[in-house]
Amino acid sequence: MTNKLSKKKLHILYRFIPLTISLVLFLIGVALNEPQRVLEQAWNICLDCIGIG
Amino acid sequence: METLRKLLQTFFTILTNSFVLFPWTKNIYQGPLKILCSPGLNCYSCPASTTYCPLGAIQQLLLGVRFSIETGSYYFSSYVFGTIGIIASLTGRLTCGWLCPFGLLQELLYKIPSRRKFQVAQPLRYIKYFMLVCLVILFPLMLTDQWGIGKPWFCKFICPAGTLEAGIPMIILQPDLRPTLGYLFYNKLFWMFWFLIWSIYSSRPFCKTTCPLGAFYGLFNRISIFQLHLNKQRCTDCGACRSVCPMDIQFNKNVNSSECILCLRCMTEACHYDAISIHCAGLPLSLIPRKPRTPKTPQLQPDHS
Repeated sequence: MTNKLSKKKLHILYRFIPLTISLVLFLIGVALNEPQRVLEQAWNICLDCIGIG
Repeated sequence: METLRKLLQTFFTILTNSFVLFPWTKNIYQGPLKILCSPGLNCYSCPASTTYCPLGAIQQLLLGVRFSIETGSYYFSSYVFGTIGIIASLTGRLTCGWLCPFGLLQELLYKIPSRRKFQVAQPLRYIKYFMLVCLVILFPLMLTDQWGIGKPWFCKFICPAGTLEAGIPMIILQPDLRPTLGYLFYNKLFWMFWFLIWSIYSSRPFCKTTCPLGAFYGLFNRISIFQLHLNKQRCTDCGACRSVCPMDIQFNKNVNSSECILCLRCMTEACHYDAISIHCAGLPLSLIPRKPRTPKTPQLQPDHS
């Protein structure tokens, strides 16, 4: 019974691993000032995206 | 529940496209909100768009990786991958079913009556993984020009959302762009009409076959915080879940399939035995209203013999 419970807990816990990795990636991006780069791109019309570039 | 989902889809479509001044500015929104990620497919060159498209941003950052390394910036799009990773880890493809504007459009088109409705062939569903790996990640990163700059392959050659939300409106708003139209635009126009017409005859064909964002979110369906659960003791394998599923999945045969968009129709509309439930971090969410139902019983035919 205890073994089954701990297995269930482990099953729940491992779902948080990708969330943690994504959070780390997000923070690395913020540290590298990527949001500013994303913002600069998003402010310009992407001619490639609309099929003109 | 279906009404609530439609309302939320509409709300998010309006929320991510709420720059209403574009007919006067004749340009795209250039405010600070564009630092936020649109969870669904929503082109950031759409004049009304207030957020950035994750697919467009990933490609734009990857195509300039070499250049950014040379200039000492080291942009690997980890910010964008991190953002969509957080969304995917929390919700899986629930985002496709509840928040994506292009998903809503396809669902509305599917409501147009047609003589026959078709299912999408299973092998076609693997195309979206090719789109994700090759057109979104590898090609922009590796196929570069003489200056070491790549192309946003998916946006440039395929994305029907970009043509619909950005290409056509921008050409209407900025007449200067019209002389530049050529093969690329007509190719994208073809794909846009292809998917829009296909959506009348098949449910969510773009999501099933081509969407790289859906492919990415789908990879998290089995490990996301929100998940559907099957009670095997209650399931009678009647197939009712498949009959209402917009993604043509028989839930009990493929629990938390990478195709499932967690629209919850199987849970709230189809299953008469309460065999399907939604869990958050392993805990059941029992607040979801279900229609009171009685199990279907076979209709007895009058015996004429």
